[in-house]
Amino acid sequence: MITRKVRKWEKLPGKNTFCCDGRVMMARQKGVFYLTLFLIIGTCSLFFAFECPYLAVHLSPAIPVFAVLLFLFVMAMLLRTSFSDPGVLPRALPEEATFIEMEIEAANGNVPAGQRPPPRIRNVQINNQIVKLKYCYTCKIFRPPRASHCSICDNCVDRFDHHCPWVGNCVGKRNYRYFYLFTLSLSLLTIYIFTFDIVHVVMRSVDNGFLNTLKETPGTYPLLFLSDFLEYLSFTVLEVLVCFFTLWSVVGLTGFHTYLISLNQTTNEDIKGSWSGKNRVQNPYSHKNIVKNCCEVLCGPTYPSVLDRRGLMQEDSPVSAASAAPSSSSSNSSSSNPVPQTTKTTAPLIPNEHTPDDAKPSIAASAEKSPSPREEHHPPAPKVPPLASPETDAETSIAKDKTH
Amino acid sequence: SRPTVFIQRDYSSGTICKFQTKFPSELESRLDKQQFEETIQTLNNLYAEAEKLGGKSYLEGCLACLTAYTIFLCMETHYEKVLKKIARYIKDQNEKIYAPRGLLLTDPIERGLRVVEITIFEDRSIGSGR
Repeated sequence: MITRKVRKWEKLPGKNTFCCDGRVMMARQKGVFYLTLFLIIGTCSLFFAFECPYLAVHLSPAIPVFAVLLFLFVMAMLLRTSFSDPGVLPRALPEEATFIEMEIEAANGNVPAGQRPPPRIRNVQINNQIVKLKYCYTCKIFRPPRASHCSICDNCVDRFDHHCPWVGNCVGKRNYRYFYLFTLSLSLLTIYIFTFDIVHVVMRSVDNGFLNTLKETPGTYPLLFLSDFLEYLSFTVLEVLVCFFTLWSVVGLTGFHTYLISLNQTTNEDIKGSWSGKNRVQNPYSHKNIVKNCCEVLCGPTYPSVLDRRGLMQEDSPVSAASAAPSSSSSNSSSSNPVPQTTKTTAPLIPNEHTPDDAKPSIAASAEKSPSPREEHHPPAPKVPPLASPETDAETSIAKDKTH
Repeated sequence: SRPTVFIQRDYSSGTICKFQTKFPSELESRLDKQQFEETIQTLNNLYAEAEKLGGKSYLEGCLACLTAYTIFLCMETHYEKVLKKIARYIKDQNEKIYAPRGLLLTDPIERGLRVVEITIFEDRSIGSGR
């Protein structure tokens, strides 16, 4: 047996990728994120290279300086949103999972054979409203209020807002304010560049005496304008186009999130209609005061990450072992599963509605593997209640039937 | 494995970090109800201090925003400071109260702030002259 020390991020379940030895945490698909980077850096580079020299001389040097500061702020917010832990809830360790199962069994009593057990829901009263806490079959926990399971990253995220492909990460409790500031500052940057592009075009036209040319030779004006225009202003056109399309989407998004923040709601809750409708519960988390809601969301405490990514743990790897489980993060395939197969306290991976279709066959094949890493070996538990899956659960079966 | 009790989160006051003070029956033979409630209540108060919304937290938030949050590269957040306090408190409680009774409190941060895990050991006190 070879014992080596590994960082905890290498053994985290879920579909995140980690960089810089666990300091950076992102979703698996990063293509759209690279596009975002390219668009922002590309457009700003063109602006700094072609418009700024002219504007600095003819208008004010403060214009490029402010643009640089705004650009740096946008990049800082983008990278912070993309690279930080959104508020991932670690999966329950086997003892905790078993404990919860036993509690559920005790609460349900004896279910007659052939009948589905009642849905796994806990009712909690928050601010005089009844909120239902759902059980997550993947993470083996009852999700805290406002948490949701992201199927793309395969994690439960606290105060889950949405999964944003543009930033390549989930947006949750820990990075929502950075996301909002990113969209807000990007809106400002886009408007800024757009405005000064127009100013630049106008100033160039005036400088080159287009207006005078128009008076003298009205016939050849369009041709002259076009050739000079292309000479000086082709990059400006490109920037204006990018800014124009960005404006509609980003400014709209900023407006939408400002609305959500003022009501202390998440995108997830808004889409599901959790707090809207007559017979629905009213939002118990809102302070009923726009200023207070904004303050809480934007200037509230900075929550720490509860995923100890850079902590060290022992890994015992048997010399001849099978390769790692398919749903593990981007760990080396040479590192093997440290848990022996005979341990009965491990929970077999059960495909549920959150499992992407391509992972299901491989999950079925590796049914003996444990879903979460553990630091020591536990002897088999005396008795483990049968672990339920959505197929045996009344509520999720009904929900499934409805969607068909 | 050793019997373990998991003290769950109390969500009745919302999403703030708070643990249930209900005394688990498994600990009846080992610990006073009073003692247990005091530990959990103190933890709850400490977490409330960490998550408090007020002048100080707003100031920290605004200042951090103005520096594009780069200030957190060199400065510890208020929450992190309180977490250190909590870690010290738990260590202290383990040494003074729980270890002599053969129990071990696990810091909730190691369980995703989901549960307070109390492990029950077979021999009545841990580290007693072996």
